Amino acid sequence: MTLITEAGAVEDRFTRADTIEAALAVEGPVLIPLAIADEFATARPDTEFGVSLPGSAPIEDVKPHLAKASLVAVEFPAFADGRGFSLVKKIVREGFSGTLRASGPLIADEFADALACGFTEVELPETMANRQPVQQWMAAKDTMSEHYQSGYGRGPSILQKRLAARKGA
Amino acid sequence: MYRYDEFDERFVRERVAQFRGQVERRLDGSLSEDEFKPLRLKNGLYLQLHAYMLRIAVPYGTLNSRQLRMLAHIAETYDKGYGHFTTRQNLQFNWPKLKDVPDILGLLADVEMHCIQTSGNCIRNVTSDQFAGVAKDEVEDPRPTAELIRQWSSLHPEFVWLPRKFKIAVTGAEHDRAAIKVHDIGLKLKRNDQGEVGYEVIVGGGLGRTPMIGKVVREFLPKDELLAYLEAVMRVYNSEGRRDNKFKARVKILVHETGEEEFRARVEEEYAKLDGPTINAPEEEVERIAAYFAAPTYEDLPETSQVLEQARAIDPELDRFVAQNSFEHKQPGYIALTIALKEIGAVPGDMSADQMRAFADIAEKYSFDEFRVTHSQNLVLPHVRKDDLPAVHAALKAAGLASANAGLITDIIACPGLDYCALATAKSIPIAQAIAKTFADQERQKAIGELPIKISGCINACGHHHVGAIGILGLEKGGRENYQITVGGDATEHASLGERLGPGIDAEDVPAAIEAIVETYLAEKTGEESFIETVRRTGAEPFKAGFAAFIESRTAQHEAAE
Repeated sequence: MTLITEAGAVEDRFTRADTIEAALAVEGPVLIPLAIADEFATARPDTEFGVSLPGSAPIEDVKPHLAKASLVAVEFPAFADGRGFSLVKKIVREGFSGTLRASGPLIADEFADALACGFTEVELPETMANRQPVQQWMAAKDTMSEHYQSGYGRGPSILQKRLAARKGA
Repeated sequence: MYRYDEFDERFVRERVAQFRGQVERRLDGSLSEDEFKPLRLKNGLYLQLHAYMLRIAVPYGTLNSRQLRMLAHIAETYDKGYGHFTTRQNLQFNWPKLKDVPDILGLLADVEMHCIQTSGNCIRNVTSDQFAGVAKDEVEDPRPTAELIRQWSSLHPEFVWLPRKFKIAVTGAEHDRAAIKVHDIGLKLKRNDQGEVGYEVIVGGGLGRTPMIGKVVREFLPKDELLAYLEAVMRVYNSEGRRDNKFKARVKILVHETGEEEFRARVEEEYAKLDGPTINAPEEEVERIAAYFAAPTYEDLPETSQVLEQARAIDPELDRFVAQNSFEHKQPGYIALTIALKEIGAVPGDMSADQMRAFADIAEKYSFDEFRVTHSQNLVLPHVRKDDLPAVHAALKAAGLASANAGLITDIIACPGLDYCALATAKSIPIAQAIAKTFADQERQKAIGELPIKISGCINACGHHHVGAIGILGLEKGGRENYQITVGGDATEHASLGERLGPGIDAEDVPAAIEAIVETYLAEKTGEESFIETVRRTGAEPFKAGFAAFIESRTAQHEAAE
């Protein structure tokens, strides 16, 4: 797996574990499915953990874990399945300020969208990272310098910039 | 007309460079074919039966002469010398080469045009009333709303990977010419009891293999809340729309399966959580856009033009053209003129590069340098002085654009069908041509009156056959092309889906079947009723009986011949 942030490729601090037994055996931060999050948090109240969940998960299922988890990984079954983009918007709206990871076979061309919706990193399978190395991701995120939509991405939208320009004039 | 500012200009230029990069990354193997496909579709590039097809956005159907001249140049330089206007007010080129597409996009950007989101599972080109700003029954011009949505929906970070395509239409008039009830979202500008302007919001209409009439999810949405409300609808759809079956992935299926009440509740629940002011367009920005659509500087003219009246009295051809193709303008002394791209025997919606140049000159000289594309694959000169009509008619005639059949039985909508399309199961263009030839006589057309025929070459219904007063659907049956005929479809505020008359028939029988249906209408009609009004009153039964009699006589003829 390759982990890419806005700044480039980074080391993954988290170890994935799919069962409670495996999770309890991990040293350091662990990334676990939503279903075992409660059990893990009770058993290891002081260990840093992240939860992974599919893009189709209802926000109601995610909400109870947002206070304790330091990372939420939204799983994309395919690059063309955009549910994760809407889910991450809802997670951000809940006030979550930890790491937001888009995980799956995303393509570099949707990196900017992922960041604009609130993701902070993308976790790619090796086969994808080999075809689309990190340089392509860095280039793709900057191909469009402006966006029309207020409430997305960093910085004001085109609509807001026009307004500011008019008020400054 | 809207003009790009520095932001719009840079956005479109960067988008061209982005696509150029995507093509290069496809060629060097960084992108697989499966990954490249949606990226090229989101730039309007299809792979069709024989070649690539490039679909160019004509936002809400508005163009100027400079743009049309560029389209003529592209048609000649990169295609076979013609373009094709579509049922969503766009323009398609049927023969571009992949390697040329980035250059074509660059030329389009030179004239403030693009192909952004003319295909793919995203919000498509926004469509509107071709008589926007002209019609007397308009609450407010729908184009500023459409332009705002164009900008807001362009490369929307959250909504570019939807379950399926998503089409929005806006009308500002009482009489719906934008077919808002058969769109994913239809918006109608209206006034509430306090006189404030807002929108009626309709969601979940659509044609295709499961045609549905949209449901009103909001009776009145204050105008300044539009973008936040659209975001709520889109988020519910993006999260919950079906992704397991592409034939059930449109929002109409979500509305249908969830139930109208529950869907409305989910949208309102999501909307309640949104912080509107952080999403909606600033009022100044809405006003800035609206200013571009201010009425042109009309002359003060009398309602009646002596010049025109005298010319009509001596020129029956001009008289017929004006009577059939003009639309009443709210400004005295002016009219809007429909140019039917429906010469008898021509391909509906096709326009040659020469015609484009001639028409660009006409629009520039006689219609404030502006024209519109209609969803009936026709064009409109929106503001013509009645005094100028004789000269306009002569110029149109010289360019082969003076067909006096707007709205008549020969003004047929047809999808590209099996002549071009990879999805088609049957031809549609030759069917349109055969019907037009059958009814070529102008007196006969006039006697039949308004009768929109719509033809699709497969169940995806790009020819909108479900909402044709007469609809024709071409299918493949046992290795032969087979055509099903419906009557009673309507895309206006009386939106309804056509009813099938009987079994499918062979291509060569279609013109005679249409004649039989017309005979039924002429026998049933009372007073000045149009075809659709008669069907609405009588129901489909008399037409079914007439059609059954036609099938019977046709079978008898076939047997006698054997």
